[in-house]
Amino acid sequence: MSRVFVAGVGAVSPAGWNVAALREALDQGQPLPTEPVVRPGWEKPLQARPVPSPASRPEFLAHPRLRRTSPITHYAAAAALEAVAGLRAKHDGNCRLGLVVCLQSGCVNYSCRFYDEMLKDPATASPLLFPETVFAAPASHLATLLEAVTLSYTLVGDPACFLQGASLGAQWLEENRVDACLIVGAEETNWIIADALWHLDRPAVLASGGGALCLCCDPEMSAGVELMAITDPHTYSARNSRLRAARAMRGQLGKSSPGELLCDGLGDSPRANAPELSAWRDWTGPRVSPKRILGEGLMASAAWQCVVACDAVANGRFAAANVSLVGSNQQAIGARFVRADSSISHFASDGS
Amino acid sequence: MLFPLSPPPAAPPRVVVTGAGIVTALGIGWKPNAEGFRAGRLAFRPVSHFDVSRQRVKVAAEVDLPDALPPTGLSRRQVARLDRAGAMLLRAACGAWQQAQWQSADNVPLVLGTTAGGMSLGEAYFRQATRMPRRHRQQTTRAIHYQAQVQGRMVLDGLGFNGPITIISNACASGTSAIGHAWDLIRRGQAKRVLAGGYDALSELVFSGFDALQALSPTVCRPFDARRDGLAMGEGAAAVALETLEGARRRGAAILGEIIGYGTTIDRHHLTQPHPQGDAALSAMRLACEAASVTPADIDYVNAHGTGTLLNDSAEALAIRRWAGGRAATLPVSSTKASIGHLLGGSGAVEAVVCLMALREQWLPAQGAFESPDPACNFPIVHKPQDARVNVALSNSFGFGGVNATLILRRWI
Repeated sequence: MSRVFVAGVGAVSPAGWNVAALREALDQGQPLPTEPVVRPGWEKPLQARPVPSPASRPEFLAHPRLRRTSPITHYAAAAALEAVAGLRAKHDGNCRLGLVVCLQSGCVNYSCRFYDEMLKDPATASPLLFPETVFAAPASHLATLLEAVTLSYTLVGDPACFLQGASLGAQWLEENRVDACLIVGAEETNWIIADALWHLDRPAVLASGGGALCLCCDPEMSAGVELMAITDPHTYSARNSRLRAARAMRGQLGKSSPGELLCDGLGDSPRANAPELSAWRDWTGPRVSPKRILGEGLMASAAWQCVVACDAVANGRFAAANVSLVGSNQQAIGARFVRADSSISHFASDGS
Repeated sequence: MLFPLSPPPAAPPRVVVTGAGIVTALGIGWKPNAEGFRAGRLAFRPVSHFDVSRQRVKVAAEVDLPDALPPTGLSRRQVARLDRAGAMLLRAACGAWQQAQWQSADNVPLVLGTTAGGMSLGEAYFRQATRMPRRHRQQTTRAIHYQAQVQGRMVLDGLGFNGPITIISNACASGTSAIGHAWDLIRRGQAKRVLAGGYDALSELVFSGFDALQALSPTVCRPFDARRDGLAMGEGAAAVALETLEGARRRGAAILGEIIGYGTTIDRHHLTQPHPQGDAALSAMRLACEAASVTPADIDYVNAHGTGTLLNDSAEALAIRRWAGGRAATLPVSSTKASIGHLLGGSGAVEAVVCLMALREQWLPAQGAFESPDPACNFPIVHKPQDARVNVALSNSFGFGGVNATLILRRWI
């Protein structure tokens, strides 16, 4: 059984275009300002936390494949490049890279634009927009941008799917199909997603961005963080409520040692928070809730949680960090990251 | 636990198919589809589900979907919330589950491929939000059931089992990727059985998208034909019940066939165009053969991706020629998209079931629309009904965005 390490992390969020900006926003602990999102037919706009414009145009946008892409690809690319920066420096590009892109709402900007054009007049609907509407578009662009990608999947699901992506990456590493694997979660915002969120979870504030983990088996490539565990996916069903699934996930992560961090998915919605709060009610250690600062970024939020957990361990702030992903409508999955040289014992494989 | 991974078995178990459900424009279930694919029947008709009066192309292979679903564990309310894609998926899953005679259980993974999930609900949401923004009726339900993972949960609730749901959206390779991923899960010892498949319903956005790209055939979809001029859209779903050979034998299950190889690669050439030499397609076929321990000489039939577009078919033809070498001259190839159109996320799963039919009933699926062979294809296109000895079949799926996937299936005697 191979060990799996985190070689790097990357993030684009309403706080800015790198992990440092994300870390700083969470350290300050104040919810970031919101911006209005105009929705057709409504005088009062919805509120969202978009990604601010970058200080300077990212160099990667000069790549010919990225010239017509929508923001979700930009966020995914920036996060991915930040996560693989160390790897590329060490490997000089000679590395078989796996890529798992995880999405919930996906490429909504171009989907809405194309459908709107189509409803007005199919004859003039832009053929340039349509290919960018497919879930697989960001992964395709990233594979071209990163060049070394030899294996790529796009997974769709609720935010806990990000850890399914991480387990798939770990699998590919274990089977020696790749030397490193990027797990990317990204989302973009527009009025229709803000409108849908308003229907589903009114107090939540929509956010956009992306996050990435680069996993590897080579300790030399590690950024000082080791993936210790990903729980089973506890799927919601008629027989398995969200609360029950969250508790099962919590149970599998086991008891923690003092000084560990919990990176949870609590946001602004009491109803949505309730199962996760209940599952972790015995937690007395430090915790961080990125959604309360950044907003509801769907799959991007899940990626930020993992990035924040890894970053906290990599920077020596915590010896270990637990991630709790209680998804909106599919499953609950948790994970645990530890310092790569840590002797902290992790839970038994039977989950006890 | 998803991680650490349990140690793989010393020898990967053999993976067999004990149930298959299929929904296409040729019909629902094995029999009408087997008859249709064997005869090479074409199932296209004018599109009736949305307005195509202003589109360049006006036909597609629509499924005749009965109003009533087979009995499931879903409540009347849940059934009412199913969209067309979800209903087709549930029918296919039900067919596979019942044929396999699986009982309700925990921890049966469900692996699905789709490109659009509940797109028709998303379209309805958009239309209402823009035309009647103050009207909220059904919008919450649409926002939930539009999502593919919710459609997957309906399968779990409907058939009465629980387990992880994985939704793979590798564009048109999604269905093949889903079955390949399920095969991987069993081979690695992470599951004893998996329900896997793919689905997509016709939707206005996707139909218009392919029409805008001028990728749709304004005449007849004729893959690998010298005069081919585009693809045809279709809709449908297929699901397969996969389990270890040992498990199937222990419970005395009827075995439909065996999956023996899977290969997947990424083509970075272009978002919508394959590498002209078919490099990634070639690699996917080679990887699948390697996994299956077979050579092109062992393959008796290729179910090609064969969309009917100029670029796909020429790249795939070249890839098949490069992969098959001297075997190409006698290797039967056909594209069943000529009969039922391109099912996008559903195509790979449906085509895997078509291969199972060919293996089980010993015929070659005929490509009904074919006139003059493209000189680039130096392999025979099966264009007439034909009985044949088929022991091993290979199925290709290539997606927008570049994921290429190949499955290899073997006859079970």
